[in-house]
Amino acid sequence: MTGAYRYQGVGRDLQKDLLGAWYQRLENAPRTGTPVAYLFISGNIGELLRSFGFELVFPEVNALQCGVKKVAGDFILKAEDLGYSSDVCGYVKNDIGLAASGNRGPFGTLPKPDLLVCTYSGCNTYIKWFEALAELYGARFFMLDVPYRRTGEQELPQDRDYVVAQLEQLAGVCAELTGRPYNPDRLSELLEHSRQAEELWVNILHSAHHRPSPFDAYFEAVFFMAPIYVLRGMPECVEYYRAAAQEIEERIAHRLGPVSEERFRIVLEGPPPWPHFRTFWELFKRWGVCCVASTYSKVGGIWDFGFRHDPSRPMESLAEYAMNCYTNWNWQLRRQMMERYVKDYQADALVIHSVKSCRSFSVGQADVREYFTKECDLPTLFVESDLADPRYFAEAQIRNRIDAFFEALEHRRVAGAHAGKA
Amino acid sequence: MAEPNRSWQNARSWEELVAACRPLVTDVSFPTVEAWKGAHPDGKAIACFPVYTPQEVLAAAGALPVTLYGARGQVEIDHADSRIQSFVCSIARSTLELGLGGRAQSLDGLIVPSICDVARNLSGVWQRNFPGQFVFYLHLPQSPESPAAVTYYRGELERLRREVGEWTGCPPTDDALRGEIQIYNRNRELLDFLHQRRVEAPEQWPSAEVYVLAAVGNVLPRAEHNALLEKALQLGAVRQAPQRDAVRVLLRGAFCEQPPLELLEVLEEAGCAVVNDDLQVGSRFLLGPIRADGDPLAALAEAYLRQSVLTPVNHPGKRSRSADLLERVRATAAQGVIFASPKFCEPALYDSVLLKQALERAGTPYLEFEYEEKMTVFETVRVQAETFVESILFFS
Repeated sequence: MTGAYRYQGVGRDLQKDLLGAWYQRLENAPRTGTPVAYLFISGNIGELLRSFGFELVFPEVNALQCGVKKVAGDFILKAEDLGYSSDVCGYVKNDIGLAASGNRGPFGTLPKPDLLVCTYSGCNTYIKWFEALAELYGARFFMLDVPYRRTGEQELPQDRDYVVAQLEQLAGVCAELTGRPYNPDRLSELLEHSRQAEELWVNILHSAHHRPSPFDAYFEAVFFMAPIYVLRGMPECVEYYRAAAQEIEERIAHRLGPVSEERFRIVLEGPPPWPHFRTFWELFKRWGVCCVASTYSKVGGIWDFGFRHDPSRPMESLAEYAMNCYTNWNWQLRRQMMERYVKDYQADALVIHSVKSCRSFSVGQADVREYFTKECDLPTLFVESDLADPRYFAEAQIRNRIDAFFEALEHRRVAGAHAGKA
Repeated sequence: MAEPNRSWQNARSWEELVAACRPLVTDVSFPTVEAWKGAHPDGKAIACFPVYTPQEVLAAAGALPVTLYGARGQVEIDHADSRIQSFVCSIARSTLELGLGGRAQSLDGLIVPSICDVARNLSGVWQRNFPGQFVFYLHLPQSPESPAAVTYYRGELERLRREVGEWTGCPPTDDALRGEIQIYNRNRELLDFLHQRRVEAPEQWPSAEVYVLAAVGNVLPRAEHNALLEKALQLGAVRQAPQRDAVRVLLRGAFCEQPPLELLEVLEEAGCAVVNDDLQVGSRFLLGPIRADGDPLAALAEAYLRQSVLTPVNHPGKRSRSADLLERVRATAAQGVIFASPKFCEPALYDSVLLKQALERAGTPYLEFEYEEKMTVFETVRVQAETFVESILFFS
């Protein structure tokens, strides 16, 4: 999609440039004396750390980069040689293998952490992961204990107050490590950038209401969402979403979309199989499938139901954000989200990609299938592989399941049309 | 016929006591719970998923807390396999099977503490499938050094007190809570005595039997278990146990899903004298007595954050699991460590890597294997354990 179109490809290309520049800053950090903090995507309170001048490393993002660049398998094997079981998270093993290889990956060389912030939001493995890194690097460890959204729609104000109290404590640790005092004005400034980027990102997500959808909310979203996860709070992140929104506007104007002919609209639950990402996408594309909403694109924040970072309540807003990442929601909330997506985006089916590595995502997905199939009468496809470990992707088996599912959906559609005429 | 949960009272020897308790531990129709409900027609029995739940709060609300270690390998998984993937630990599947298979009728609710991703998500699956049950997901703070953690966790306990009280119709008063804290303090003290006796004379207090006597407390009211443990301590002290050559070992990894009893017996037969373990660690989770005066919820909260054992599922803060393990090895004069990790248990599998490295640095031998709740063949473990014992006896 180039030539006559002015903005097509901007979302992907600019994202690559921004991430490349970020990794370059990370590589330079030891030389420039920039303090480095490691943290996670879910519950990522990066704005607070950035307000102290930290450069941020997200080990999950490094792991997915290794997966896409097809080097994850080697790092995982290296971690298994060090004693890690074949049954634990591939992201963790990728990271341990990477660290044991001098922290040199396809993105360059990563700096060691001055601070490990375990933003424990929706994933217990995060704790085990950073406990291992703390031992490996001898770095300062800060545990940000983020309670689970365990009471359905009822939010518990004490949870937020508890996270705020810990964020204030974290600000003290950052001040001690960097020699800079906590500056709430600087934090608010960063959060204003976050708010603006979130507004633009939500517009892109909502564009999938169109028929045909101009945007794939899973296979394309994973590229489009990278800046809001790793560069949130920075002005270039806002600029990125302005440009990406123009690309989407242009697609809407010209009825362009991720597939040449949109035949099926799906909601997708679960992370992608990074080492086989392109193959996995093609298996859907050949059936004219467009993903109109996904849960994976909410792992680092749920903004499409109204939440925005609020510069006037910086700490409270960061706490509310951290508590409301997708896997920090209980199953009632997760099911409601999927139901709402199916209805709002007029989806034909729910596809669940269940990954072994991430029990946080996966345990309960089979029960979700049961719910949607039996109680909502929604066609639901369940496929299994892994997000990081290439050994778990059985292409022929997955292809068969996908083909059989969409064939049946097509048959159902044709049969329904005939029944309508009769 | 004596009520099933009273049968132990007639035991005249340690062996009779163990024999009376063993079926109560492995029978997942929960006869002791049925008996309790027979005696308390309006009473509620509430299952507590491992590792640790402050059961004092539930007992003070008039409920019978039942620590639910899955199906202990006693049921076929017919229904739960379609709801929980094959790469998930057995205890999650067998617990769900108890519910879906209609075997948990005597249990009226489930408390799930925030121990791991699997347990957390299981709470949501349970909630959807059993909408009439009381399901409570308890957030146990992971930030022991945060000044905010005690106040926060006290609030979480207050939420538990309020909700469980509304459910049972018997809101726990401070006095009732203080009373239960005293009963549970006594229980922890007696369990400590029992395990300490084993450190001193493992042949006199065999692990598999100590395990049964501790495990029966999971399905009995704590006051009754206290009486049982008092009897056990008396009977155990006077039994004639054969002397045997064995290697003193420390067993690690079974803090949640439990190994079959046969596995513990096989280890002993292979020449291992288990002198320390983290089996059913929830009932021994708090070290030392909890304050039984003043604000009882604050006392429970402080105890959780300030005087708990270290397991793979509670972040140690400034403490170190490796240092704790090495200190236990020293204090119990253990000659080696056995890591028995439940298959697919991520917390155990992550920790074992770091703990093994610490043991290697200290020159302490170790053995590692995985088990499943429903394991039935133990010959491989037997050979591994025998080889481990021989390597220590002849080469260390």
